[in-house]
Amino acid sequence: MMISAITTEGGASLPLGGAVDARHGPILYMEDVSVSFDGFRALNHLSLYIDDGELRCLIGPNGAGKTTLMDVITGKTKPDSGSVFFGQTIDLLELDEPAIAQSGICRKFQKPSVFDALTVFENLELALKTDKRTWPTLFHKLNDEQRDRIHDVLQTIALPAQQRQLAGALSHGQKQWLEIGMLLMQDPKVMLVDEPIAGMTHQEVERTAELLLSLQGNRSIVVVEHDMEFVRSIARKVTVLHEGSVLTEGTMDEVQNDPRVIQVYLGG
Amino acid sequence: MNLQNLTQDKTYCTVLTALASVTLLIPLCNLIFPEDSALHFSAYSVSLIGKYLTFALLGLSLDMVWGYAGILVLGQGAFFALGGYAMGMYLMRQIGTRGVYGNAELPDFMVFLNWTELPWYWYGFGNFGFAMLMVLLAPGLLAFVFGWLAFRSRVTGVYLSIITQALTYALLLAFFRNEMGFGGNNGLTDFKDILGFNIQSEAVRSVLLLMTGLSLIGALLLCRWIGNSKLGRVVTAIRDQESRVRFLGYRVELFKLWVFVFAAMLAGLAGALYVPQVGIINPSEFSPLNSLEIVIWVAVGGRGTLYGAIIGAVLVNYAKTVLTGLMPDAWLFCLGGAFILVTLLMPDGIVGLLRRRIKLKPTPNATRGQPA
Repeated sequence: MMISAITTEGGASLPLGGAVDARHGPILYMEDVSVSFDGFRALNHLSLYIDDGELRCLIGPNGAGKTTLMDVITGKTKPDSGSVFFGQTIDLLELDEPAIAQSGICRKFQKPSVFDALTVFENLELALKTDKRTWPTLFHKLNDEQRDRIHDVLQTIALPAQQRQLAGALSHGQKQWLEIGMLLMQDPKVMLVDEPIAGMTHQEVERTAELLLSLQGNRSIVVVEHDMEFVRSIARKVTVLHEGSVLTEGTMDEVQNDPRVIQVYLGG
Repeated sequence: MNLQNLTQDKTYCTVLTALASVTLLIPLCNLIFPEDSALHFSAYSVSLIGKYLTFALLGLSLDMVWGYAGILVLGQGAFFALGGYAMGMYLMRQIGTRGVYGNAELPDFMVFLNWTELPWYWYGFGNFGFAMLMVLLAPGLLAFVFGWLAFRSRVTGVYLSIITQALTYALLLAFFRNEMGFGGNNGLTDFKDILGFNIQSEAVRSVLLLMTGLSLIGALLLCRWIGNSKLGRVVTAIRDQESRVRFLGYRVELFKLWVFVFAAMLAGLAGALYVPQVGIINPSEFSPLNSLEIVIWVAVGGRGTLYGAIIGAVLVNYAKTVLTGLMPDAWLFCLGGAFILVTLLMPDGIVGLLRRRIKLKPTPNATRGQPA
């Protein structure tokens, strides 16, 4: 209900001219992507397709390349080879971080990254999808519609009572939610969520699972998480990464019974 | 309203009122009361206070770029000096035939160097409006080019600080050279008139102080407005979590550049107000030590508060006047000592100390107010 208020907001057109073309199914294409750092292959001919509106979980042991994968999609790391497309038309390798963010791909960091010196409300205000050039930002005033939108997101992330508190004063779990709220403010087509439940209480974990489930459909969500119980509670489809490539994909049950996955996790 | 804002506003208003009174009363006292009256300010003190206020403006400019955007610029003095040189060039052109050599076309130092015509970059400086434009444009342009290259290449932190220091040192060396056409190590001096009025007269000095005070008040209001705008919040966010801001879709380098250029222009204005009041501009204004001093003013006053930079600049420079009079050799030790003490004992400067005193009283609510 609160969610629908957010998603029905008339999306301003993309700064890149074209809307994201996901008519052929996948909204995110990674094909044959390789990245190495000083000889270490963080991603090794990785191919991954994320469908429009799906909720995908990425798991894998440490060093499997999960964070590097997010770095490549969001423009932080440029791959040595391979191609990364957003929809059919937008080549992400030609864009830098701000342009990728404005095109509709948002990211939550592993360590909650909110602006401690600003209030919860101001954190959401900065994330708001609007003209982000310098001069328009200097003269920017919130209109009623934008104010309502911030309040809707405050409801969604259960922080309306804290809106005037400094974000630095929030608990760890609340910071995680605030950062998810900041992603929602950008009205993204794809949300990349790195370890959303780290440091959360049991109730907070349950609420986060509900929140992520309620958000899928209107946008694609890619979640990286180590907590298998949490992954089981939200995932339709799970991708297992190992040594920089996709080991296997499937439902949680299929994946957990795959002998290769067992070997990777338990050691052979 | 919430507590933190309220106490901040209280200090802010006090500083603003103090500035307004100094700006209006001192020139008035200087002009109204006769010289033997106790209320009379001598031309010397008027110039001295005027000089402090230009330093306050310079400190304010550094606080915008350091306090808000977190860019520790160790070459802010370069922009101040450039603004000063632009003003100095105008004042040189005002001398006309009254120089030692009586040359209507060329300043004395050019005649001395056997130059026969005015270099092209001196054209237009006879016009006050053009000179004032250059006061803002010259530092602004340098900051734009330098900042564009540095921020686009994502040079940050201590590396950026060091290259700003190198920038001002390079300019110091360049302006020392006679061939540059800015008077070499003597700089520009021996000014006669400003806008046709005698620059030495008490009335002109009072008006200069008035102009400086008004500029400072205007700049403080403008900086505060910018700090409270969304751009101010974006810049604060960049200071604390640069990559997060980038992933929100803001072009971080352009925001840094905006603040950097704005601060450089403000410093240029301060330099332009400084030169007619002290009567000279020479390359020593580019010296790295000067730029370090500005950082100390802001640190002593309290970084990121704007009015703290003003308090710090005035206090440190007053101490400098007093101490260099008493024991000239000890000043640098005192300055260094002050910086160490402030860093260790009061990281938020004088303003932080004031705030903590207020906070020690029982407060009903430590957060920034309850939601409405």
